[in-house]
Amino acid sequence: MKFCPTIKNVLLLDSEGRRMAVKYYTDEWTTNGAKLAFEKSIFSKTQKTNARTEAEIVMFENNVVVYKFIQDLHFFVTGGDDENELALATVLQGFFDAVTLLLRGNVDQREALQNLDMMFLCLDEIVDGGMILETDGNMIAGKVATHSMDDGAPLSEQTITQALATAREHLTRSLLR
Amino acid sequence: MALYVKKDDDRDEEAEYSPFSGIEKGAVLQEARVFNDPQLDSRRCSQVITKLLYLLNQGDSFTKVEATEVFFSVTKLFQSRDIGLRRMVYLIIKELSPCADEVIIVTSSLMKDMNSKTDVYRANAIRVLCRITDGTLLTQIERYLKQAIVDKNPVVASAALVSGYHLLQTNPEIVKRWSNEVQEAVQSRAALVQFHALALLHQIRQNDRLAVSKLVTSLTKGTVRSPLAQCLLIRYTSQVIRESSMNSQAGDRPFYDYLEGCLRHKSEMVILEAARAITELSGVTSRELTPAITVLQLFLSSSKPVLRFAAVRTLNKVAMTHPMAVTSCNIDMESLISDQNRSIATLAITTLLKTGNESGVDRLMKQITNFMSDIADEFKIVVVDAIRSLCLKFPLKFRTLMNFLSNILREEGGFEYKKAIVDSIVTIIRDIPDAKESGLLHLCEFIEDCEFTYLSTQILHFLGIEGPKTSDPSKFIRYIYNRVILENATVRASAVSTLAKFGAMVDSLKPRIFVLLRRCLYDNDDEVRDRATLYLNTIGGDGSVVETDKDVKEFLFGSFDLPLVNLETSLKNYEPSEEPFDVSSVPREVKSQPFAEKKAAAKKPTGLGAPPAGPTSTVDAYEKLLVSIPEFSTFGQLFKSSAPVELTEAETEYSVNVVKHIFDKHVVFQYNCTNTIPEQLLENVTIVVDASEAEEFEEIATKALKSLPYDTPGQTFVAFEKPEGVPAVGKFSNVLRFIVKEVDPSSGEAEEDGVEDEYQLEEFEVVAADYMLKVGVSNFRNAWESLGPDFERVDEYGLGPRESLKEAVTAVINLLGMQPCEGTEVVAANSRSHTCLLSGVYIGNVKVLVRLSFGVDSGKEVAMKLAVRSEDEAVSDAIHELVAN
Repeated sequence: MKFCPTIKNVLLLDSEGRRMAVKYYTDEWTTNGAKLAFEKSIFSKTQKTNARTEAEIVMFENNVVVYKFIQDLHFFVTGGDDENELALATVLQGFFDAVTLLLRGNVDQREALQNLDMMFLCLDEIVDGGMILETDGNMIAGKVATHSMDDGAPLSEQTITQALATAREHLTRSLLR
Repeated sequence: MALYVKKDDDRDEEAEYSPFSGIEKGAVLQEARVFNDPQLDSRRCSQVITKLLYLLNQGDSFTKVEATEVFFSVTKLFQSRDIGLRRMVYLIIKELSPCADEVIIVTSSLMKDMNSKTDVYRANAIRVLCRITDGTLLTQIERYLKQAIVDKNPVVASAALVSGYHLLQTNPEIVKRWSNEVQEAVQSRAALVQFHALALLHQIRQNDRLAVSKLVTSLTKGTVRSPLAQCLLIRYTSQVIRESSMNSQAGDRPFYDYLEGCLRHKSEMVILEAARAITELSGVTSRELTPAITVLQLFLSSSKPVLRFAAVRTLNKVAMTHPMAVTSCNIDMESLISDQNRSIATLAITTLLKTGNESGVDRLMKQITNFMSDIADEFKIVVVDAIRSLCLKFPLKFRTLMNFLSNILREEGGFEYKKAIVDSIVTIIRDIPDAKESGLLHLCEFIEDCEFTYLSTQILHFLGIEGPKTSDPSKFIRYIYNRVILENATVRASAVSTLAKFGAMVDSLKPRIFVLLRRCLYDNDDEVRDRATLYLNTIGGDGSVVETDKDVKEFLFGSFDLPLVNLETSLKNYEPSEEPFDVSSVPREVKSQPFAEKKAAAKKPTGLGAPPAGPTSTVDAYEKLLVSIPEFSTFGQLFKSSAPVELTEAETEYSVNVVKHIFDKHVVFQYNCTNTIPEQLLENVTIVVDASEAEEFEEIATKALKSLPYDTPGQTFVAFEKPEGVPAVGKFSNVLRFIVKEVDPSSGEAEEDGVEDEYQLEEFEVVAADYMLKVGVSNFRNAWESLGPDFERVDEYGLGPRESLKEAVTAVINLLGMQPCEGTEVVAANSRSHTCLLSGVYIGNVKVLVRLSFGVDSGKEVAMKLAVRSEDEAVSDAIHELVAN
């Protein structure tokens, strides 16, 4: 018997169901082909549903999948069929909130691709090897967005653009809080 | 290369904004050289890492050389002090999953980061290091990890705890030493740290029941902040309840109050977890269930689909065991039939089908009819399955349900869906004799317009067996002959066979059948012509209406008792010559895995392929098998074959189970053996049976298994004689005896010499229930009246204190081995009394009906009144003796 809530995968797909950023935490899907097939079928299965205001849910191949769509982005979180649905929904919400914060409200394909590094870091901060690491969107976004120099770095190492970027991020973060 | 060009085409429309359109591994690997620049441009480096991650994420894989090269250049980036870049470095190292000798190179850098002042570094360095490390390195960093677990920064503590959770799989001894620190972290004020610490602590102690119990006891009294941690605690509590209930039966359930308290938690996640835990308690009472059902009922009307789904799914499960407890939710459930989310709607319907009472069936079916049109096939199949079990539960309602099934059969649908409907109708026809005629007509109408050849042929076959037994077989002829005119060759051929079966069985129809069959002689397909010619000759096509003799019937209806595999091999080996092919030369011994096939058949006796008249498919297969063995062919009609009884634990060297075949004067034990050791070949396998505790049995024959290779099941048999018609009982102990030969795993060749060896198996018993066939009756009252009170025996028994009424009822049903009728095996959760109706056929083909009345008092003392009617006084008494013992 499994005791700890376990996440099988977290997916971010685009408007055509193609991969933006995905992370699998089990060996259930061994090949890339199997993963792609899973993504394709879950996308086509959910495409017609309205998951824009509230997260939706579907049973799929002995998995429970919760999902939410915004603009042309599709968020999915998969767990085993005996998983607490609300735990999965919490992870989905955390992922979704963090992405919204990180993309400064412009949640669409274009922004997400331009900030793909943040999407990857986001996935990394939410779940670690199937174990839920953090579910609070603010915390996740906060951890991802620390793009500054570490304390010990002398200012001279920063280029003008980096300094500007740092400043901009500080500003946006304070605005978003 | 071509692959990438294709990708470019795909992504044309995105090219305007995607920074990754058409990027290509070779080029990115070139770009990765910037990592080696003396003056690092951290922005640029971050971008390149993102591209590498993008490629990996899309499923591209790096060769060993490429990965090593990237890894080495990435290690240079530890020089930069840009936090963003460092984060990307951590990420790519994890993705590249370097091998052991590469890990050493980054170890020192990561260890430095682990002790850095920057928390982000520390947390991530811990996670990376633990991910890529091995046991030896772990001992070096253990000290730091222990500190990190109790670090005041929650991110660092969580990172260390989660890493510990994963490391426990590979290095349990080391992680177990951290118990004290983990225990301290459980008290942390940070919600997620508490969650992670609790998960790890339980994982460390999971094999120590006492420790888990203590953990639960202390935490259920204290405060647990995080909802996730609370969920864990509920799961652990359930575990403790499960394990403790095995020891003590009486008294209040421990920790139930805690679970009930969690139903009032502010987080829905916790409420759901607690409600689910309560519904899954073993032997849960209706008083315990009520509060859980109440919160779930509230969830049913939530605005959140996830919550509605979770609630209806849980209630659906409860409905399987405690249908009465869920009826209070029926109104909310009915409104969910029209839910936007089809998963929810389907679950709601199937729940309603389970909880509904007989009077509500009609209304419910009306609602479902509207719903069926707009759901996908896979959901429809679930609904059809639920309707089938409903029909078996309320046989009197078969008209409504059969109508419904025939209606949906006429609508559009895919193969799987149609097959599910047809299978359901067949099951209903088989189990409810009254439904036979109308059911067969529905099937006839269906094949008039059926696009699936497979279903048409299966239905025609079924018609051929069942049709002639109906009151007016002639009405089916038209449907069948229409197939001969209108369908493809496969269906035509099977329609010809069906016609012949009618002709053979019903003498009055013979002249008409002959006319029809003669017309088929001019068919343009040779198989159809051949069949028509064959049947005309066998059942007497010369116009004379004579009674078809037994041999011909056997030929037409008898099952084909040669293993098809063997026939195929024999036919392949046959060389065209003067000498005709001799069917009797085909070996009858089954080499392959007949048992696995039989198992599959046993699981699904509903299909059309299975022969009619009850779940006899396995029995048929067994009978065939037994008749094919000369030693046993004289035993006569097989009365009953039991379900397999395992004689070995799971995952032992040899796995053996036994099937008890009961004959009038004999008992044959069929031992199904599987050898699970690839390096061994067993030969001359026998079972030595000690029947000293079964006095009435006398061993008369054994049939050894010549050879038992790895993973290929084989059977060995032992036959006993017993007094005729007497339900003799006894206990048998068994030893597996064999010659073992070593097998060379590379060549698969066995060595010449073997060693004799023995293997102790568990013992089993032949019990009275083995002499009872489960045969249902559709109308118990009629059957009861018709048997009359001549041989009725009534007596009362005290069953002593029982866990629940349900448990007592199940125990008595299992003891008697009879078929519960009219769904009376289900005991309402809160009832104090229950009546159960059973029917069966006792050895000697004596029909037996049993009416059981149970009552339970406040002390859980169960009393039972047993009324038996049968065709034979002695049998009625025998049933009482069974219970009395």
